[in-house]
Amino acid sequence: MLIPMIPEIGHFALIVALLMATVQAILPLAGTATRRPLWMAYARPMAAGQFLFLVVAYACLTASFLLDDFSVATVADNSNSMLPWYYKASAVWGNHEGSVLLWSLILGAWTFAVSRFSRELPRDMLARVLGVMGLVSTGFLAFVLITSNPFARLRPNPPADGADLNPLLQDFGLIIHPPMLYMGYVGFSVVFAFAIAALLGGRLDAAWTRWARPWTNVAWAFLSVGIALGSWWAYYELGWGGWWFWDPVENASLLPWLAGTALIHSLAVTEKRGAFKSWTVLLAISTFSLSLLGTFLVRSGVLTSVHAFANDPSRGLFILALLGLTVGASLLLFALRAPRVSHQVGFTWLSRDALLLINNILLVIMTVTVLLGTVYPLILDALGLGKISVGPPYFNALFVPLTVILCVFMGLGPLAHWKRTEGRALLRRVWLAGAVALVVAALAPLAYGGEWNLQVSLGLAAALWVVLPLVRDLWEKSRHRDGRLAGLRRLSLAHWGMVVGHLGLAVTIVGVTVVSNYAVERNVRMAVGDTARVAGYTFTMTELGSRRGPNYVADAAHIEVRRGDDARAFVMTPEKRLYIARGMPMTDVALRPGLFRDLYVAMGEDLEDGSWAMRIQYKPFVRWLWLGGLLMAAGGILAVVDRRYRRAATARDPERPAREVTA
Amino acid sequence: MKRRLLLLLPLLAFLALGGFLYQGLSMNPFERDSALMADPFPAFELTTLEDPSRTVDESLLRGEVTLVNVWGEWCPTCKQEMPQLLDLAERGVRLVGVDYKDTREKGRAFLAEFGNPFEVNVFDPDGDLGFELGVYGAPETFLVDAEGVIRYHHTGYIKPEDVREVILPEVERWRD
Repeated sequence: MLIPMIPEIGHFALIVALLMATVQAILPLAGTATRRPLWMAYARPMAAGQFLFLVVAYACLTASFLLDDFSVATVADNSNSMLPWYYKASAVWGNHEGSVLLWSLILGAWTFAVSRFSRELPRDMLARVLGVMGLVSTGFLAFVLITSNPFARLRPNPPADGADLNPLLQDFGLIIHPPMLYMGYVGFSVVFAFAIAALLGGRLDAAWTRWARPWTNVAWAFLSVGIALGSWWAYYELGWGGWWFWDPVENASLLPWLAGTALIHSLAVTEKRGAFKSWTVLLAISTFSLSLLGTFLVRSGVLTSVHAFANDPSRGLFILALLGLTVGASLLLFALRAPRVSHQVGFTWLSRDALLLINNILLVIMTVTVLLGTVYPLILDALGLGKISVGPPYFNALFVPLTVILCVFMGLGPLAHWKRTEGRALLRRVWLAGAVALVVAALAPLAYGGEWNLQVSLGLAAALWVVLPLVRDLWEKSRHRDGRLAGLRRLSLAHWGMVVGHLGLAVTIVGVTVVSNYAVERNVRMAVGDTARVAGYTFTMTELGSRRGPNYVADAAHIEVRRGDDARAFVMTPEKRLYIARGMPMTDVALRPGLFRDLYVAMGEDLEDGSWAMRIQYKPFVRWLWLGGLLMAAGGILAVVDRRYRRAATARDPERPAREVTA
Repeated sequence: MKRRLLLLLPLLAFLALGGFLYQGLSMNPFERDSALMADPFPAFELTTLEDPSRTVDESLLRGEVTLVNVWGEWCPTCKQEMPQLLDLAERGVRLVGVDYKDTREKGRAFLAEFGNPFEVNVFDPDGDLGFELGVYGAPETFLVDAEGVIRYHHTGYIKPEDVREVILPEVERWRD
């Protein structure tokens, strides 16, 4: 009988994966140092083996959840026999132990992918890249096995049933948000490994950036989707209609995203122009370091957050040591090996190079702003200067103006030329866009909300200023003797990636601006037959009943909604659920989504005389927030699909001799 | 040489951050200010949220066991905590709010929307009282006995089950 042994098989597979990761870390790196091709050749098979055993371990944990093996502590604490199977499968990562296992599995998958798709890399480069990824993997697998074993058994008396998954997590959001986010976090380990490999090899030319760019774009796209999903999940699941709380854990995901955004742009400059070499390496190290920092902040319990996992001081210390070793060693290597002489690649202050540099600096300032706001309470406390909390007022006061400034330069960047741009020529191409943006942005609040609104105008102007020059540029670029369509088709996918990505940011900005200024919230007391009017809609409660779900009981209301005097009505059914195993009440929001507005009804308190406190919200343009996030991600992916990359990767450096450069 | 030092800068910055993170590990944010336990409630003199011309001080908390809740309109968790506070008020517990780092309009709108379990709300726009209390974030709740001495401190959200299991027993304990 193998079934009772599933957790042990998983545990064993995890140990084998750790051993393979160790070999993958040590032998190839030692091989490049001593020039032994045989040792270097260990990298690829070990990457494949490690991934295989991680899959086995992960499958075993999933099987334990699906088979309700409550003798496994993780399963007993986070699952229940009544839980639907898809939540059982995603409960695997709804807890600390399982989620670090998922983290490791994804790292294994990225490593395997690099080993498959980078056959054209010089042998020593590939050995170094996979070696560095092996080092990271060794650290994390040791962390899982030593402090967070997901297969630990509860013996001799396993509980008859599990404590159930936290009801907040019993949602589609849990199924999809963490895997996307981790794909992003962990994906940045690839560009990190390339940067470290370049530093180790002393070959800081543009070649490593060309190989690393597609990986970075993909990781960034995943992270964008992950963050957008997280925001969307918070919006409908926490029950209050907010979409960003500047919570430490949200910030932890935003930090690598901001640094990663700077990185994908700086990689472009380094590849195309050979400039900003040290800066790009530093950004590559920083981006992955911030991913690791996020992991530390979430799992060590140093900051209070709605996301915090159960804490254990030994875990915090282990991750901090891991963080210290990885980041400290990388930055030390950077200090020792980064090019001693800065390369003078000439460009004037009005050029695409300069504009990208300015935007890079702005993005780094934004990163530092968020980082400081997140750890500031910790620093003050450690210095004995008192305890404070940093809330949305701080973040909004700094982040919003910085974003507007960023947009100013974003509007110019794509139209400027590399190296130098004629100021007057640039002005001629953008003045119309600027004028249209200002006029439309000034008048739009008047048309939409009925009065002037500076905040809305500012947000819309920024968004339009990002988009309109791009439109003008497309118009000019599409001139072609076979007609405009042929002209547009001629543009490279990488260019379209940039256009779509920038458009995504503009769409998000419009969403943020409109929903922050025009959302309507109303708390009303409602009994059967009562009607409330919110933002031109009438909400009538027609029915109040109770319902039984698989692992909860619920009070449910039927709300008939009409727009204005429209005869057609639709029904919204908010619920107040009580999850049986944990005795925890949960609000299940009724949402009527739309491209230009969401209607949002949540049941509050039972007011005893048969009426309920109901919270009704009208959220204009809220979908644009996440739509923009998806567009940005799509832009990142489009740029990767561009054929130029695959050709570039194969055509250049066909069999460059493995040459060591001693620094 | 100068450039070499410049290149070392990121490492130094990271080491400093690492030091703070290490210190942070030994401080549990949930138990930070046990130092105030059994101390008198810090002195303050602030206006009330309801009436800008009415000033209150620590004597407000004498004479009856009082639950002091630090909240703010900007704090999403506070919204989720309001039903529990309303429940406590209904069960006869005296509650005083501290509207922390907020504006008067927003604070009032919050109470109008989510209900007002508080006898009175101390308006603390600059976080002075919060600083004295060692408030790390909102919500936080302090139990003050009839002599104005802090007897219990709850960091973070009061869960529905905490009302019966934690808060009410503590209130009863200090009422005698």
